[in-house]
Amino acid sequence: MMAKKSPWPLIVMALWVAALALTPVALGNYEVRIAISIAMFTALALSWNIIGGFTGYPSFATAAFYGIGCYVGALAQRAGVPAALAWLAAAAFVGGVSFLLGSIVLRLKGHYFAIGSIALVDISRLVVSSWGGVTGGGNGLNVPLLEGRPPEVSALVLHVMLVIVVAAFLANLLTDRSRLGFGLRCIEQNEDAADMVGIDTTRYKIAAFVLSAIFPGAVGAVYASWVGYIDPTDSFDILTTVKVPVMAMLGGAGTLLGPVVGAVSFVLLEELFWANFLEWNRAIMGAIVVALIFFLPGGILKLDWRAILRRAPRGKPAERKTG
Amino acid sequence: MGFAQILANGMVLGTLYACIAIGFSLVWGVLNVINMLHGSFIVLGGYLTYFAWAYTGISPVLILPFVAALLFGLGYGLQYLFINKVVSAPVLTTLTLTFGLDMILYNLMTVFFTATPRRVSMEFGRLEFWGVAMPVDRLIGMGLALLLTALLFVVLKTSRIGRAIVAVRMDREAAALMGIKVNHIYAITFGIAALMAGAAGSVFAMVFPVTTNLSGVFLGKAFVICVIGGLGGVSGALVGGLALGIIESFAGVLIGPQNAITVGFVLMLVLLIVRPQGLVGVKGYE
Repeated sequence: MMAKKSPWPLIVMALWVAALALTPVALGNYEVRIAISIAMFTALALSWNIIGGFTGYPSFATAAFYGIGCYVGALAQRAGVPAALAWLAAAAFVGGVSFLLGSIVLRLKGHYFAIGSIALVDISRLVVSSWGGVTGGGNGLNVPLLEGRPPEVSALVLHVMLVIVVAAFLANLLTDRSRLGFGLRCIEQNEDAADMVGIDTTRYKIAAFVLSAIFPGAVGAVYASWVGYIDPTDSFDILTTVKVPVMAMLGGAGTLLGPVVGAVSFVLLEELFWANFLEWNRAIMGAIVVALIFFLPGGILKLDWRAILRRAPRGKPAERKTG
Repeated sequence: MGFAQILANGMVLGTLYACIAIGFSLVWGVLNVINMLHGSFIVLGGYLTYFAWAYTGISPVLILPFVAALLFGLGYGLQYLFINKVVSAPVLTTLTLTFGLDMILYNLMTVFFTATPRRVSMEFGRLEFWGVAMPVDRLIGMGLALLLTALLFVVLKTSRIGRAIVAVRMDREAAALMGIKVNHIYAITFGIAALMAGAAGSVFAMVFPVTTNLSGVFLGKAFVICVIGGLGGVSGALVGGLALGIIESFAGVLIGPQNAITVGFVLMLVLLIVRPQGLVGVKGYE
């Protein structure tokens, strides 16, 4: 099924990015920090959407791409490369790495692919922490700070993150409306059948995997420049790698705006709970994840709002098909 | 260190690893669920044993059965109430659900037990034979781990419940037609997996310090062992566990303990590609 070419996702997205871009002018430092967080995770969730949503491959490798991006960006900058170039280099490098890794792990399916993709995160972390001579090992790395006063730096980081968001969104949009997206959806429904009708499934899957990797690579590099310090545990975090698919599913995996809606909702919820229930933060997020699986299996965007508003007038609630 | 010593260390570690992975393998093989809770179950078992020992002074070997029973109840309940509802959903759903449950359990443990490393210390000294030195508590741990593994093997092979679990693993529909209550068997399987994890945690706490931060490490080990040994039974976990223990032990001496862990993961990735059914796994169970 090809999505109808509605202009609404584009319009909504343009307005939303514009609103986020204006936060440094309109609001304070705290809000800008949240906006950066939202932009970061929106980019990550949109990237995951290409492999996890369209293609239906349960990838948990996001943190690997993100972490490698952190380190490549940081190392390039420490070697004297200008920040902007270092970010691009990180995206390109992660793209190359994901091409190689993709041609290995994409031969796996289902549970084995999930485990393989988690292993990529673990392996990357272990390699980075034991390769102390280059990466600083467990002590982490200091990254040259961006020039300017703190508010200017935050604004710059936010705008760069938003550029990545737009790029990731365009990648989703083009994938959605092209032959590639059609092929990926076929693979999602039935890979063998897709193969039979002449889709080069290997090439399509690798393309989706690489697309889902380059933006997290860039996000990681920009993040490293922003915070000025990175270490292996933080960069290759198992929480990040599961949070991102959860965000995409929260909004609606495989849709254009789903990951965007999911990332905003999740980051805001997390912020709320961090602020108020520091000790129970992780449990509350876990409860949200569990609730998501049971009550929102299709995501926020696929909710039948009209049915909810009518409050089931005929006594029997309408049955929704999932999956 | 001599060859025999390294091998002996690897085998002790390997039996513990087998015990850690066996429940994970069972759940994956029978329920087709990747259980992200597994690492926390092990840590919970370790903590419960430590605190029961610290407060009562009873020998941890006697505490172990109670911890195991408690974990069985917890596992049965979680499966019956939550995971059974989505058990046939795609891996993304079940993995995410168990991860969410794990976040809750992990948080509860850090609040109630704090993340301080805990270890039951039993002073038994060490034994020396054929030039190999081994602390006695490790030998006890190894013995317990082997005993538990053997026990599960016997239960699966001979008991009615065990045969039903194997039947559900082979063919869910056919098992249901034969009058097996599949949901009940799923819950029991998950309960047994939690029990084995809790018992493994108990044993682990007698040999090494346990802390909440280890839950991810245990989970990673379970992944690697299941892929190395293959799913489909006790033998896979035992072979996988021993293989990983011995490999890590030798790699630790040859290229440093930090790199030894990486070797396990890389080996797993290679095996995933060339032999996804594992070393002793049966094809078709993958």
